[in-house]
Order: sequence, then structure tokens, then C-alpha cells
Amino acid sequence: MLSSWLNRWSRNWTTPGALRARGVVGMNRRNIGYISKYNDRRLYPLVDDKLQTKLLCQKYGLASPEMIGKVASQFEVERVVDMVRDHAGFVIKPAKGSGGKGILVIEHHDGEEYVKPSGARITRADMERHVSNILSGLYSLGGSPDVALVEGLISFDQAFAEFTYEGVPDIRVIVFKGYPVMAMMRLSTAASDGKANLHQGAVGVGLDIGSGWAVRGVQYDRPQFAHPDTGHDIFSLKVPQWDTLLELAAGCYEMTGLGYLGTDMVLDRRHGPMLLELNARPGLAIQMANGEGLRKRLELIERQPDGVPVAERVAFARKHFSRSKEDVANVGMALNAD
Amino acid sequence: MSRFAFYLLVGLLMLIGVGLTAYRHISFDVPWAPGAQQKVWDIEAQVAFTATGGPVKVSLALPENQKGYSVLTENTASSGFGLSYLDDLPGRRAEWSIREAAGSQLLYYTVTMLESDNATPAAIKRLPAPQEVSWERPYDTAAAQVIDQARERSADSFTFARELIKQFDNQRQGENARLLLTQFERPELMLRLLNEAGVSARLVSGLSLEDGRRRQTVSSWLQVFAETPQGNEAVDVEAADAENINTDWVLINPETGKQGEPDNLLLWEGRGAPMLEVEGGVNSRVSFSMIRHNEPAAVAVRNKLANDELLNFSIHSLPLEEQALFKTILLIPIGALVVVLLRVLVGLKTSGTFMPVLIALAFIQTSLVTGLIGFLLIVATGLVIRSYLSRLNLLLVARVSVVIITVIAIISIFSVLAYRFGLNAGLTITFFPMIILSWTVERMSILWEEEGPKEVLKQGGGSLLTAVLAYLAMNNPWVRHLTFNFLGLQLVLMAFILLLGNYTGYRLLELRRFKPLTED
Repeated sequence: MLSSWLNRWSRNWTTPGALRARGVVGMNRRNIGYISKYNDRRLYPLVDDKLQTKLLCQKYGLASPEMIGKVASQFEVERVVDMVRDHAGFVIKPAKGSGGKGILVIEHHDGEEYVKPSGARITRADMERHVSNILSGLYSLGGSPDVALVEGLISFDQAFAEFTYEGVPDIRVIVFKGYPVMAMMRLSTAASDGKANLHQGAVGVGLDIGSGWAVRGVQYDRPQFAHPDTGHDIFSLKVPQWDTLLELAAGCYEMTGLGYLGTDMVLDRRHGPMLLELNARPGLAIQMANGEGLRKRLELIERQPDGVPVAERVAFARKHFSRSKEDVANVGMALNAD
Repeated sequence: MSRFAFYLLVGLLMLIGVGLTAYRHISFDVPWAPGAQQKVWDIEAQVAFTATGGPVKVSLALPENQKGYSVLTENTASSGFGLSYLDDLPGRRAEWSIREAAGSQLLYYTVTMLESDNATPAAIKRLPAPQEVSWERPYDTAAAQVIDQARERSADSFTFARELIKQFDNQRQGENARLLLTQFERPELMLRLLNEAGVSARLVSGLSLEDGRRRQTVSSWLQVFAETPQGNEAVDVEAADAENINTDWVLINPETGKQGEPDNLLLWEGRGAPMLEVEGGVNSRVSFSMIRHNEPAAVAVRNKLANDELLNFSIHSLPLEEQALFKTILLIPIGALVVVLLRVLVGLKTSGTFMPVLIALAFIQTSLVTGLIGFLLIVATGLVIRSYLSRLNLLLVARVSVVIITVIAIISIFSVLAYRFGLNAGLTITFFPMIILSWTVERMSILWEEEGPKEVLKQGGGSLLTAVLAYLAMNNPWVRHLTFNFLGLQLVLMAFILLLGNYTGYRLLELRRFKPLTED
């Protein structure tokens, strides 16, 4: 009785010592040791407000999706229709939204009916209500009034077509003091309703900082070897233009001044890596996707001097955070066996 | 701020807190444990009136030693008024006077009553004789008929009084009873009828004692005597040396006819005299605040004497009304501590960080089971209605306002239903913070739409669990006793929470979440 209970307990639960040995960073350490230590509170608006992020990107010359327009007050809501007339696909998002809430993606439209990636059709009134909801603060932190951004739709790279269900797969890189320390790709699934949120059921794929190869996949925090909807082998995933992408991520440190940063990027078919949004409080699920704790990498970076140029930082990260050669060889063998 | 300064601050807070607590325990004999001591009630009467500009005389009835309660100390606060205590009138009274006063006036009288089983009641010096009562037509015949009927069904004064009141029971009021009620107030009417029937009785004022209550008023009770004095024997009011009369009497509730006094009833005025008389003022009324604490009787006295001592930093030096308020306020840090513990050490998700503390405060008023049922009913019904609202395409502020009104409507309907079914506990549902509940409904509803019912159950369950744990902590008699009596403990709590805010270790639920990381 007692032993079976202990057995069940040890199958689902671990000990603080085991986590510490793996270098896992917990919520409390992330908040105290990294976020509040390295992220200056007054810089938060730069990333919490996507409009400000967008303007900063333009100023620093970082690639980001084309901005079609913004809606700041209720009486402008009707202008959205004119705004998007000449764009086949577009995205409406709240400037101060969090966790991907309130993002409406339209793939194509005829001026009256708007088609979402899932094939669902919404009317013009539905779309305007969505914009109005954004303005009244439904999706913003604390319910404060917000601004709606209208952006061009990204035509994502076909390299990932087999790895996603409806949504756009995005790449999250944790950038610490300007060094990319850990990366993952988030693949939307039927369970996540086309959204790339891990806690909603998207698949997180850890990416090797050295090469951009997939190292591990998880869904609902448990290991996953193939995309649940397309059945495609996750270990065959490799992100192209990896160096450009890491440099884009690392460049966000100079742009925002935030020391501990989550950068969300997408690969556009024509324009390559683009910055979607930044997060001053990035989650910890990236450790699950990589099967590795963040702490050792973060401590190595803490010992590095300030003022190193972007390219050198990326090179440093690629050298030190690359999976060992055996790991890469194992993945290669697994691929050959297929 | 450097680590050293931080720990210095924490250490300092801890030291001052423990020091203050220990000082209060040693110097003022405030016990660590609740319960073992005698129960002491602090009751404050507040007399409010508007003076008309001339001389003013205010006379307030004062409580006396009686069955279950004895007077410990009393004092008054009344700027500019002369004050004297009068003992020779029927019952004790305080009389305030001033030559000239205008505008609204506040007079305070505070008494400390000891709850004790062996208090000796003040002797009844004389029996009130039935007064001559005059009735106008047609009330005289109605009164006569009511009295006759009651007399037929009764054996003595007590049963007569009960039968009399029964006839005015709402369900079986006769025509006579209804007619009489149109002309007289119920307690006044009962007294007149008893006197008319020659039964010795008077109206006295009782105060229901309940811990932490504010703005209470007295209720009227009928004191009915077994014997009736012959003729004008006892009409002599001023006979202070009159022989003590040993007589049986009972208290009867003039509304229900129920005999006997409830446990927590304090007879504030037990001589049949008016509660409050004001000359030279209008709009006068008296209201009461009360609070119960457990202290050795000697301490209650000493506390009062040490009122102005600087180091006796105690809530007890505040007016009673504020003390009653603080009894609750001082519990909130305990609730906050529970929230911090569950968030930082366990990692529980709640909807709204401190919402559970407010719900727990409501639970204290409603009792746990009623509170839980009420909370679930309100939120569930609110969610159903809110799901319709989301189709109406409203602006956020308008929608939340509609939810607020809906929540109030739900609360009203449940109160009425509960009352109809005789569930008085259901009435306490009104203690729930309505605005907070509305935001909870709104947030849960959005959560449902975006993340599905599973997340709603998770966060709702987390909030309820936190609220229940906070309630159990805040309702614990030890916790209540310690927080109210030892203010220094608040500093200790603060130091403890500061330390928790510095904890970088893993949360309990992370041991499960990150388990797969330790597997390969």
C-alpha cells in the first residue's frame, strides 16, 4: 500500500536536489535572479507595447512584419476594412496583449467575409467587434485601454509546412545579456487550435544553438517524437538561416536594453527571419523542450564581459551551447536509419 | 539594496515585533492562549442628536449588574458637557448637560461588562403597578375581546401574556388584533393590554451581544411579573428605601411571544424607563458598537488606566467602533501570508492574486459551508449569464457593469429563496464582495472562451482552495486572539513575508512539472 503509493509518487514527482543537479531554473529563481535583476522596470513598455517594439525595430533596422496600420479609438474601427483592402492576408493584434491572446489571423478575404487559417469564416461585423474588444482592453494586462495593430501576414517558410497544423511556427530564443542561450520552435497542433502556445497543447521543439537542429520535442511537458497531426518526424527539423536568426535575436539586447529577454521570431519565405514580438518575462517551458536546465548556460554568460559585438556573442554561444558531437551524431544516425 | 541591508531590515523588524509582543505579554499580562480567560465585552453607546441652540439635557439609561453579566468599568467622552451619574431614579442613568449647544452633537458612553455566571442582579425595589389605560372607541371593545379570549386560555400572568401575544401572530391575527395594530406600536400595545388586564408588566430594552458588531440598536422586551401589587401600593416612585421584593418575572418577546431571554441578551435598561431622553435637541438616537475579548478581568481594568502610556501601543485604546473594524483588518495580513505561501512555495494558480483573501473574509461572516455553496452558486449562475452577454458585443466597462448588476440580482434572488425556505444561513450571502465576484465571473468567462473549461476549473479550484485555507487560518481562535492582542506580530509577519519574497528555490508543483527533465 505504502510502497505502491511511493512508487506512483516517484513516477510523477522529483526532488529539488535532482532538479538542481540538472540546472533547472524555477519560477522563483527566474523572477528574482534574472527578471528583476537584469530587466529594468522602466524598459518594460518597450516590449509590453508591440507598437513601441515595432517602431524600435524600424529605428534599429531589425526585420519585422510589415505594419499596415493601427486603430487607436473606437470611431476608427470602421477604417480597418479600408486599411486591409489591398492586402490578401493580415493579422490584427492587441498592442499590449500577452500570451498570444486576441490575435486574429485572416488568410484572405473579399471585403465582406474573412477567412481564418482554419477555414472558418467571419463577417466584417465580427472583425470590427474584435477590434473594438481590443481597444476596450479585453486582452491587455490589467484591462487597460489598448491599441489594435494591423500587420501583413507572414508567408512562412515551406521548410516547416510538414511541422505545423494551421498556425505559423515561431522560434523563441532566450537572449541573456545579448547572448542567445537557448532556443525552441513552437509548432501549433489541432489540440492547440492552431495557436503556438505550449500550455494549450502546441509542440515545443528544442533547437541546438550550434546548428539549428531539433534536439527534442515535448507536448504538454511530456516527450514527443513526431508531430501529432502530420506525423512528421520532429528530429528531421532544422531551421535554415540559423546564423541570421541568432543575430537578429541577439541584436534585441542593444535595441531594448533588457538583460533577460524572450525573442519570438518567424521565418518568412522571402524576407528570412523576422522579429514578431519580445517578452520581458519569458516562460520556463523552453527547458522542457531542450531537456536541459538553463542555469549553467546563464551562469557562464554572467561571467562574460559587457560590450562584446553581436557577431562575437553569437559565435560564443554557438561554440559553447552546441550539443556534444555524440549527440549530433546520434541524431544523424537516427535520421539515416529512417 | 545590498543583501546585508535587506537582512538587517528583516532582523530589525523581527526583533521589534518580538520585543513588542513580549512586552505586551509581560507588562500587561495579556495571555498567549485564547479561551482560558474570562470573556469581557466592551460596549460603546453613541448618542447622536442635533442641538437647537439653547440649554441641553441628555439622560441615558445605563446597564446594571444582571444575570450573566456584571459591570466592570465605565467611562464617557463628551466635550464640554457636564456629567453626573444618577442612581436614585428607577435604574441608573447618565445625565449630560450644557448651557448652550447648537448643531450635531456626539456623546459616548463605554462600559466593560464581564460575562460571568455568578453575577448578582440588582434587586427589584418595587413592583410596577398596572397603569390606568384609557382607550378610545372602537379600540376599547376590541381590547376587551382580545383580553377575554386570552384570559379564557390562560392560568396565570405568564401564560396570559403568551396567549395575548399569540393573538397578534401574523398568521392568525383576528379582526380585533388587526384593528388594534393599526393604532399602536406592537410592544406598546402589548403593555397597554397587559395593564388593562391588571397584569404587572413593563417594557425594557435589551441589546443582543455579537462580537464585532457596529451600529446596533436595542430591542424592546416585555417584562411580566408573576404577582400584581394591590391597589396603589407600589406607585410610590421615589421610595428608595422600599423593601426589596422577591418576585418572579419573565422576559417575553413582544413580536413572537417567546418566553425567556436569549443567551446573549444584555438588558441595557431594565426598569421600564425610556432609553434616552433629550431636552433641547432633536433627531436623537443611540447606537451601539461592541467587541468581545478574552482577558483576565484585572487586565481589562489596568489597560484602561494605562491608556495614555506610549509603549502600550494597542488597538484597545481606540474607540470601540474602530476596534471592531480592526479585529477584521488585522486578519488580512494572515490571509496575505497564506496567499504568498501558496504562490511562492506551492505554485498554485489563482484567479486574481488577493481575491481569495476577500472571499475568505466573506466566509468568516457566512460560515464555511454556506459560503462555499453561495460562492459556487453565484459564480456558476454568473458564468451562464455572462456567456450570453459575450454575444451582445458590448464594451468592456459596460459588460462588467452588467455583470455586477447580475451578481446583485443573483444574490437578492438567492437571499429571498433561502428566506422563503427557512434557510436563514442563506441570508449571509450578502456578505460577498460583489465587485470582486463580478470581476471573477468576467475573468473566468474569458478564460473559458480562450483556454477552455479545464483551465477555469484549475484556476477556480486554486482560488477556492486558497480561500478555504486562508479562512481556516483567519478563523482560528488562536490566530484571532494573537493578531488582535499583539500588534507586534504584524511586524514579524512582515519580516517573514519579506524573507519569502526572497526565496529562489523550486515550488512544490514544479517538482512535478520538471520531472521529465530528470529522466534521461
